[in-house]
Amino acid sequence: MELADDTNATPVVKTKGIGEYISSHLRQYGLLFALIAVMAFFEVVTDGTLLRAVNITNLLLQNSYIIIMALGMLIVIVSGNIDLSVGSVMGFIGALAAVMIVNYDQSPYLTMIVCLAIGGLIGAAQGYWVAYWKIPSFIVTLAGMLVFRGLSLWLLEGQSVGPFPKEFQIIATGFVPDLFPAGIGAALADLFGARKVNVLALATGIAAAALVVWIGLRQRAQNKAYGIEDEPTSFFVVRNVIIAAALIFVMFKLSLFRGLPNVLITMGILTIIYAFITETTTVGRRIYALGGNQKAAKLSGIKTERLTFLAFTNMGVLAAAAGLVFAARLNTATPKAGFALELDVIAAVFIGGASMSGGVGTIIGAVVGAFLMGVLNNGMSIMGIGIDYQQMIKGLVLLAAVIFDVYNKNKQG
Amino acid sequence: MALLSMQNISKTFPGVKALDRVNLDVQKGEIHAVVGENGAGKSTLMKVLSGVYPHGQYDGEIVFEGEPARFSGISDSEKQGIIIIHQELALVPQLSIAENIFLGNECARKGVIDWRKTNQRTEELLAKVGLSEPPTTKVDSIGVGKQQLVEIAKALSKDVKLLILDEPTAALQENDSRKLLDLMLELKAQGVTSIIISHKLNEVRYVADSVTVIRDGMTVSKLDAKAGLSEDEIVRDMVGRDMTHRFPEHSRTPGDVLMEVADWSVWHPEHSERRVIKNASFNVRAGEVVGIAGLMGSGRTELAMSIFGRSYGRNITGSVKLKGQPIDVSTVDRAISAGISYVTEDRKALGLVLDETIRFNTTLANLDGVSSGPILKRNEETRVAERYREALAIRTPSVFQKTVNLSGGNQQKVVLAKWLFTAPEVLILDEPTRGIDVGAKYEIYTIINDLAAQGKGVVMISSEMPELLGMCDRIYVMNEGALVGELAAGDASQERIMSLIVNE
Repeated sequence: MELADDTNATPVVKTKGIGEYISSHLRQYGLLFALIAVMAFFEVVTDGTLLRAVNITNLLLQNSYIIIMALGMLIVIVSGNIDLSVGSVMGFIGALAAVMIVNYDQSPYLTMIVCLAIGGLIGAAQGYWVAYWKIPSFIVTLAGMLVFRGLSLWLLEGQSVGPFPKEFQIIATGFVPDLFPAGIGAALADLFGARKVNVLALATGIAAAALVVWIGLRQRAQNKAYGIEDEPTSFFVVRNVIIAAALIFVMFKLSLFRGLPNVLITMGILTIIYAFITETTTVGRRIYALGGNQKAAKLSGIKTERLTFLAFTNMGVLAAAAGLVFAARLNTATPKAGFALELDVIAAVFIGGASMSGGVGTIIGAVVGAFLMGVLNNGMSIMGIGIDYQQMIKGLVLLAAVIFDVYNKNKQG
Repeated sequence: MALLSMQNISKTFPGVKALDRVNLDVQKGEIHAVVGENGAGKSTLMKVLSGVYPHGQYDGEIVFEGEPARFSGISDSEKQGIIIIHQELALVPQLSIAENIFLGNECARKGVIDWRKTNQRTEELLAKVGLSEPPTTKVDSIGVGKQQLVEIAKALSKDVKLLILDEPTAALQENDSRKLLDLMLELKAQGVTSIIISHKLNEVRYVADSVTVIRDGMTVSKLDAKAGLSEDEIVRDMVGRDMTHRFPEHSRTPGDVLMEVADWSVWHPEHSERRVIKNASFNVRAGEVVGIAGLMGSGRTELAMSIFGRSYGRNITGSVKLKGQPIDVSTVDRAISAGISYVTEDRKALGLVLDETIRFNTTLANLDGVSSGPILKRNEETRVAERYREALAIRTPSVFQKTVNLSGGNQQKVVLAKWLFTAPEVLILDEPTRGIDVGAKYEIYTIINDLAAQGKGVVMISSEMPELLGMCDRIYVMNEGALVGELAAGDASQERIMSLIVNE
């Protein structure tokens, strides 16, 4: 008999005070408030540079490939594994794209398809050993990390290869053209006293904010119908106002610059798809079960090997996508590309609340975790803090986030 | 003279009063049993006593050897001679017996271990608990029963004054349990005072000098066992109601043969020359409860798991028929869709995803039943979970409670709910009432009877013979991987089952 049994001796009182609610949901709010606090801090110390339109655009572009890989990494980590090879795979795919396009004059579109497929194959090859041979993923992907680092060097013959043609570059550096009539933009520009306004970006921001609020309200109504303990109304309102305002604010800023980056669209769509997969599909559910208790999952008829295999295959595809974005952004493939990037990706996922032992973590958490790291990087760079301090601070932030998790869990224990 | 007196101990967790002015007095040289249902607060009380919850985190007073005791941690209480042996053994399986016994307390000079002395002292200690294994034997190569004895030897190495055993026989076979209890009596003769926490009332009667019954975090009664105790009396105090019948009434008229397993043989997954199951053949009829009796290690779980999607063993041969038709049970999901369910004996390790909710676990084996295509219908899931919560009387504030927070009995009900939701024809229940309290057992039995009444076939594996005798229409007896006998309910008795095992 354990403590947990005793806790159930008398029914838990259901109506909780606000204080207690905060302490039991500290993690979700903590991450959001940490992001806000960090942004506010850098906004002040950089004299407003952080939230300038051009910098917000940069921030998104700089972190796009981390976020794309964090989506796959979240799934791998929830399934109870880890993938150390993603940085190398990303670099290798970038190199492959460069060699195909620049050296062999292949069409960029064909190249992208081939690269994504090869990424999938790489993931599948690693997943095969992890899933069906039960070789620890740490070792398989550590090997993969070395192999693909070597392969990029070999492919590029130690040189940088570039530049890419325009139609390849736009996947990372392009912007969605404003679909609305120029008149509206001009009118809004007058209204805000700005030089120009990209109406599409602004409209997307408002639509996204409305969507978030609508989903929140729907969820809340359902929770009420089933008598699930819900967050206090004041919290719900404040949280949604903050998120909606932030979305509109960011999009407004983007609309003042060059509008919606293509990469943001890719990132946004992928995030929504993966959030949906993990939260509301049978596959997603099974991955959480696999990570939470592999043996119980297997005895419940879940094909645990195939799921593990698929998680790695998916990771490979996303690492390839990130590789394409990264190469396109730098406009060149270098042997150093993606070096140690896997650590940033893994850190983002853990900062986002995932558990090393599997079964716990969310897509939104991983994305916010990646942004938190991104803002730290960006803010410190603007401040002119050296790479030495940056590394130390990032390391400490990761440690603090995980300590916070453990502390929280113990307190609830 | 009282060795230990815990007075008015109260302990509160957020929202729950786990202990409410509990009193416990243990006399020197006695064996004192603490009994109560799961969740009654026994373990919390022991955690207070052993310093897991240090002084200041609880209210009340502990007096040990006449002195007020205020332990700041478990090492503090150990120094005073209070040693607790937990239900889950705390041995390191890869280390030897000697290494385990002196772990953290090594016979060493300046950090260099004196192996001669270590092994010599280990031998002495092992002799005291009736073990003759060499001290260098790896712990994972001896059985659970002997591991339990090693734990006790370890406690003896520390100059124990008060030995606390938390459910010491939960994982043990009848004869190992008996050995352990006899050892307790022997230690008592040598002057060691012990506290035993147990569900098994016959054991309590066998060893205890006095009994404290705890219910809902309160001391309900103190009984003197020397004058003789009746189990009914204890049970009444534990559950707060009379339990004249330990098994619910049932009258069954089994129908046609539902599942038939023929010539089932299984080889060991690692030692390919070892045949674990030897040509086992058995059947279960519709509306029938069939028991499989046998000692631990006789191959009952292996038989069940190998049938359920080849979850155990290799080179499996034999056939499984359902309603006369051969069925494919080569993977777990095929076995499930053929209509077979297996409820594991180890609900924490193999049955539940503990960190997930009741809802999550209830639908896990039949996600297709709550989804359209690949997309989960979460409202439907909630409805399903609520339905089973009501039907099986799972006691929880909501189906969104994590299963780790439930008591053993309620966890078991969640596992049952998971398998009932797959709508099986045949349920194989492996130790369905292990480690759960009397009240919850009765409820599980009622569920089993309902299933039989609905025409399902139930195969029930159990180490508790009274349970098999009280519940089953027929009992197969298993020994060393073979089914060695079959008894109709009317002909079966504990003696006949044992003699079938022994005479093989």
